[in-house]
Amino acid sequence: MRTLKDLLRDGRFRFAFTVFLVLLALSVMSFFSPYDPYRWNVVPRDLPPQWPHVLGTTSTGQDLFWLLTFAVRNSLTMSLIASMVSRVIAIIIGLTAGHKGGKTEKILMFLSDSFLIIPLLLIILMFAVMVKGRMNLLGLGLLLGVFGWAWDARVIRSQVLSLRERDFTYTAILSGSSTLAIVFKEYMPFLIPLVFATLIGNMSWAIGMEIVLAILGVLNLETPMIGTMLYWAINYQSILLGYWWWILTPVTTSVFLFIALYLMSVSISEYLDPRMRIQRIGRA
Amino acid sequence: MRFFKTYLLPRILMYFLVIVVGVTIVFIIPRLLPIDPIQQMIGQITSTGAYLDPKTLDYMIETLKELYGLKGTLWEQYWGFWRRLLKGDFGPSYYQFPVPVISLIRQSLPWTLGLLLTTTVVSWILGNVLGALGGYFPQKSWAKILDVISMVIRPMPYYVLALSLLLLFAYLIPIFPLGGGFLIGGRISFDLRSILILLKHAFLPAMSLILIGVFLWFQAMKLVVQSVKNEDFVSYARLGGLSQSKIVSRYVMRNAMLPQITGLALSLGQIFSGALITEIVFSYPGLGTLLYNAIFTGDYNLLMGIMTMSIFVITTSILVIDLLYPIFDPRVRYR
Repeated sequence: MRTLKDLLRDGRFRFAFTVFLVLLALSVMSFFSPYDPYRWNVVPRDLPPQWPHVLGTTSTGQDLFWLLTFAVRNSLTMSLIASMVSRVIAIIIGLTAGHKGGKTEKILMFLSDSFLIIPLLLIILMFAVMVKGRMNLLGLGLLLGVFGWAWDARVIRSQVLSLRERDFTYTAILSGSSTLAIVFKEYMPFLIPLVFATLIGNMSWAIGMEIVLAILGVLNLETPMIGTMLYWAINYQSILLGYWWWILTPVTTSVFLFIALYLMSVSISEYLDPRMRIQRIGRA
Repeated sequence: MRFFKTYLLPRILMYFLVIVVGVTIVFIIPRLLPIDPIQQMIGQITSTGAYLDPKTLDYMIETLKELYGLKGTLWEQYWGFWRRLLKGDFGPSYYQFPVPVISLIRQSLPWTLGLLLTTTVVSWILGNVLGALGGYFPQKSWAKILDVISMVIRPMPYYVLALSLLLLFAYLIPIFPLGGGFLIGGRISFDLRSILILLKHAFLPAMSLILIGVFLWFQAMKLVVQSVKNEDFVSYARLGGLSQSKIVSRYVMRNAMLPQITGLALSLGQIFSGALITEIVFSYPGLGTLLYNAIFTGDYNLLMGIMTMSIFVITTSILVIDLLYPIFDPRVRYR
């Protein structure tokens, strides 16, 4: 709680946190939606924003506001699954590499370097194309999680490398602690904030990927997500037909979401350690 | 000799190892999935209503297996895959049937490379210069404005930025064409008019890539400069009465440049994916558009070809930057 209070002193974090809370509130509201997001033609088509359809309606006869609540919920859930899975992988690989050193470290870091260099988007795309349309939230989350750990494993490793050289580690080793005890008792308290900061960055990456995959039409397009909302708006030529509210809703939401996540991760990592600023360099 | 052993050799080794890992992933993915590409292909043909007698069907399955390299044990398939790859043979495309994948890629690659190399270099230089100035004079109002803009633009996904630019400059204020790389049916020659049309088509896609790139480098460079700025040698230069511009260009920038060069190498992989999306938005005739068509028509061969090609292109460019590194960093040169 004190950490949150400290963080809220940062104007950027305050803004980001507010936006994030609004988006969370939206996704909670989806549970009270009067419409089923999977059904079309439940409201009059192509209405501009007006009461009771505050954000207007689509050419598929869906209410944009309620559709958005589902989209935000699904996108956030998916990105959370993805970043949880990749956190687990990143922690295991980063910890092992940093703690063990030697050959193990070389091999693991080579692996994560290859993941950084190889065009991941293409590989994920290939997966998605082959299971075309059958990819559900969980599947997509797992897929992105399996591929999204490389950079964060490097960050965690460099942190462990510095922890390993500190006095308390030597004390623990000399007093006969087992490796597991050292890892969980001594390292974890330092790693958890770092893991949290990279989690947010990874969530934003996962949502970006989801949007790209949806636009390319390789996701299950019936599931309401931010990406699929964009897909349908573009597919129905909403821009050319002048239904600006349809395309504007997902675009604005995603811009706010990305800025909020980015500012949050920046201000958390600066709060943790000013040196983190340098480590973030090169992250595209 | 020591330079060769400690610098050159590990990097060249890494280059080949990464390619092996990448190509192996490309090879494994289709075999991991519970989908039989041959059955899918046959299904596609029969679903159009064509009748096939069993003998033709068997023959077709046989040829398709040959085409996909699915004959023999897994090891034989793997070696066969490499053999064909090194000969530059990715098989025929299904999207434009008898045309081999490699010649489709050969047509698109120059467009993508042209767009990618120019935008990467331009945004890298621009971002570094702006970042150095912004980091050295953080109190100036233009530096603060740049800071705010970068906070907004940097987290934006390529797709959304590209789409907004397209809406703004091709639809609301129609200065630039909605898409394409050249006039439809036009022929490219090297006169002034031709080049102007080419530039006009490339402007928006390039702009979207440069915008994102510039602010990425801007932020990174700014942070490095801010830490270099307070080092002793800069203070001495200032006390020695050197002009501001000389301090920035000779002392601060030169030293802040080094991590940026590494960053350039690392980010090439990411930028490549961005370029693909940008091409799809602007229907620019490069690898991205080819990729889109491949996805749309379920053209596995083409998809695999594009993937392998990008792995080769990206790893090679990273190797080149890495090998050029000693030119910039004397510490590496004299090791």
